[in-house]
Amino acid sequence: MIWFITKRIAYAMLILLGVSFITYLLLYLIPADPARQIAGRSATAEVVANIRHQLGLDLPFYQQYLRYLGNLLQGDLGRSYVQRSEVAALIGSRLGATLQLMAAGIACELVIGIALGMLAALKRDSAIDRLLMAFSFIGVSSPHFIAAMLLLYVFAVKLAWFPMGGYGGVSHLLLPAITLGLLGSGWYSRMVRSSMIEVLHQDFIRTARAKGLTRARVILRHVLPNAITPVIPMIGIDIGIFMGGLVVVESVFGWPGIGQLAWQAIQQVDIPVIVGVTTVSAVAIIVGNLLADLIIPFIDPRIDIRKS
Amino acid sequence: MKATITKLALSVAVASLTLAGVAQADDAPKAGGDIVVTYQNDVATLDPAIGYDWQNWSMIKSLFDGLMDYKPGTTELVPDLAESYTISDDGKTYTFKLRHGVKFHNGREMKASDVKYSLERTVNPKTQSPGAGFFSSIVGFDDLASDKSDQLRGVTTPDDYTVQITLSAPDATFLHVMALNFASVVPKEAVDKWGADFGKHPVGTGAYKLADWALGQRLEFVKNSDYYKPGIPYLDKIDFEIGQEPTVALMRLERGEVDIAGDGVPPARFLQFKNDPQHQKLMVTGDQLQTGYLTMNVTMAPLDDVKVRQAINMAINKDRIVRIINGRAKPANQPLPPAMPGYDKSYQGYPYDVDKAKALLAEAGHPNGFDTELYVMNTDPQPRIAQAIQQDLANIGIHAEIKSLAQANVIAAGGDKDQAPLVWSGGMAWIADFPDPSNFWGPILGCEGAVSGGWNWAWYCNEKLDAEAQKADAMVAPEQQQARAELWGKIFTDAMVDAPWVPIFNEQRFTVHSARMGGSDALYVDPVHVPVNYDYIWVK
Repeated sequence: MIWFITKRIAYAMLILLGVSFITYLLLYLIPADPARQIAGRSATAEVVANIRHQLGLDLPFYQQYLRYLGNLLQGDLGRSYVQRSEVAALIGSRLGATLQLMAAGIACELVIGIALGMLAALKRDSAIDRLLMAFSFIGVSSPHFIAAMLLLYVFAVKLAWFPMGGYGGVSHLLLPAITLGLLGSGWYSRMVRSSMIEVLHQDFIRTARAKGLTRARVILRHVLPNAITPVIPMIGIDIGIFMGGLVVVESVFGWPGIGQLAWQAIQQVDIPVIVGVTTVSAVAIIVGNLLADLIIPFIDPRIDIRKS
Repeated sequence: MKATITKLALSVAVASLTLAGVAQADDAPKAGGDIVVTYQNDVATLDPAIGYDWQNWSMIKSLFDGLMDYKPGTTELVPDLAESYTISDDGKTYTFKLRHGVKFHNGREMKASDVKYSLERTVNPKTQSPGAGFFSSIVGFDDLASDKSDQLRGVTTPDDYTVQITLSAPDATFLHVMALNFASVVPKEAVDKWGADFGKHPVGTGAYKLADWALGQRLEFVKNSDYYKPGIPYLDKIDFEIGQEPTVALMRLERGEVDIAGDGVPPARFLQFKNDPQHQKLMVTGDQLQTGYLTMNVTMAPLDDVKVRQAINMAINKDRIVRIINGRAKPANQPLPPAMPGYDKSYQGYPYDVDKAKALLAEAGHPNGFDTELYVMNTDPQPRIAQAIQQDLANIGIHAEIKSLAQANVIAAGGDKDQAPLVWSGGMAWIADFPDPSNFWGPILGCEGAVSGGWNWAWYCNEKLDAEAQKADAMVAPEQQQARAELWGKIFTDAMVDAPWVPIFNEQRFTVHSARMGGSDALYVDPVHVPVNYDYIWVK
């Protein structure tokens, strides 16, 4: 167990190194000059050169990158070019809101996805099944921006069931979480549907029915726990996709999370913030996957990580 | 010229009449009330030496003061923290007498040494201020900017309430420079305490104090009850809500949850606000100190022929371009925007006349036109505007290939002498830092800007006009200002004889506010406190 975790953490470190290198390189290559951006239009060439030197932007790429890594190891993500405050502070102040929305959003995805998947599997090949699968297909392929705007318009503006964006209590959280849930649930409902259909055909289900258990009990006690196993690692993978949706949904709903920070930083070419957010997201995805792998054996004892 | 003066005087009279009418129609300002202002992006910083975007510009103005400021809603300079000032006869020494008893938000009285410290802080390269260059006319600037000294020799404090600033050459724009945010007075102890994070913990002498800042969520400005102007500000509190999508902010405004939508009107909603009477009442339109223009590189053939440049000036249908952007601008005929002193109202510019343009082109030896390139920034609506220009040029036989690039690349191409024949300035256009025509000349039409990496993308360098410009900037005495503005106006219209640009339009600004907001319209599209003058608005 310990060996497994150590190995996974070592891999994770390598992935992080790769992610930070690629991000840093890409941003190094884009044709924006941060020193000129900071110095403003009134600046003379000397002023620009002076700022470039202070930021270490006159160093060759590998030195800049090593410097960044050295600081990163000490927990220093640098200072934003635009806001001039510590990137760690900027991310820290938004982390809570993002985790909140993530937890609520993933919970919505699971509830909607599993419920619809079960329904579709039980009513297999009926009109309901086809309708639900079409819905899941539309959900995963619709652009977040349009869908989020649409939901906001219908439920917040027209029906006034929810406040129009912003940060706050449960009422503020619900609509963005449901948006994320609806759009992402398609992956889960399709997965639950197919794995449930598979389980429904197994012998032990027929045995359970034969020994006189009610249909509800068979489904909840015997079918669902078996059908749900593939969902767990799916959550881990989904965090990556989820982050992408978060960027847009947070921006539309004015949710003060990391996604919104990333969106702004990209528009302003605020390189330290972009690199910082990318690194933090990569950490989140890796930790999510690791957790999923560790939790699985508790749900399905047949899986033994010591052998993997 | 005489006709110009009469017309100018007349228009000033008309303008003051309308203003008086507005003042009477409005009720007297009421004190008290809280308002909500929304913005999409985080407020970058509230450090006056660093903040340089249209969102934090007026917020900083409400937290800090400088020696000079403008009359609310106008471009008229008035002393602010200075009680009075005198200018020496040679125009090089400015002596400011400070107000007594002005207190910083931390309770300490503002003294002359604070003014000196603040200017030195902005110029000091360690501060990395985007505004340092504005102070280059002060004696000792070069030493401080190049780290050879940590003081500005030209700034002295004979006593606690007197600041004397010596310039290396007379500079008529200097009082405007002292009204820039970069010249705001800050207390040294607060800067030392917070270091690079001063921008998150601003301490000034301004009308409001920053009470709370939840990063990425909201800022709270509360009234500074010790403010030196009695009765100002009118509002008790301003809540800036950050992170609101502009479209969502407008929907909330219509519902009464928001008082000012800071990001203005997104294109998708613009026509509704412009045409629907219900919405019209909430939208205020104002001029910007901005001109959108097409530069023609005067060093590259065949654009080096003035007839070709004049032909292009006559070929472009500016009205159509304004229609493309839903009428968010007014067609322009000269480099200066109408709100700028020196703008020549009588100047007609080049007419839109395709036949004449063709004739000029033939005269220049290009009866069948020629091939060229048009550089443009790649975000909407710039490429659409470039296409309109392309079609207009095609009508007189000029085939322009559109090079649609990222902003940084267009700026780089314009600053390279033999790369970009034509550049459409949209998205990068010059917006004046202060309401003075000189800010519109040097960097973008003068010889000083026609250098590698500069902003004079037409590479226009007319030494005779540059000499005139210098003469104008040496006219510092208050009684010379009218003559100075006229001289400047003439410099720009004279430049149009050489036609280095096609001035296309002057963009307008639109602010949307809730029905309960009071104060004259000019405050909501203040030319200096961009976008809104928070100090003087009030709740009905």
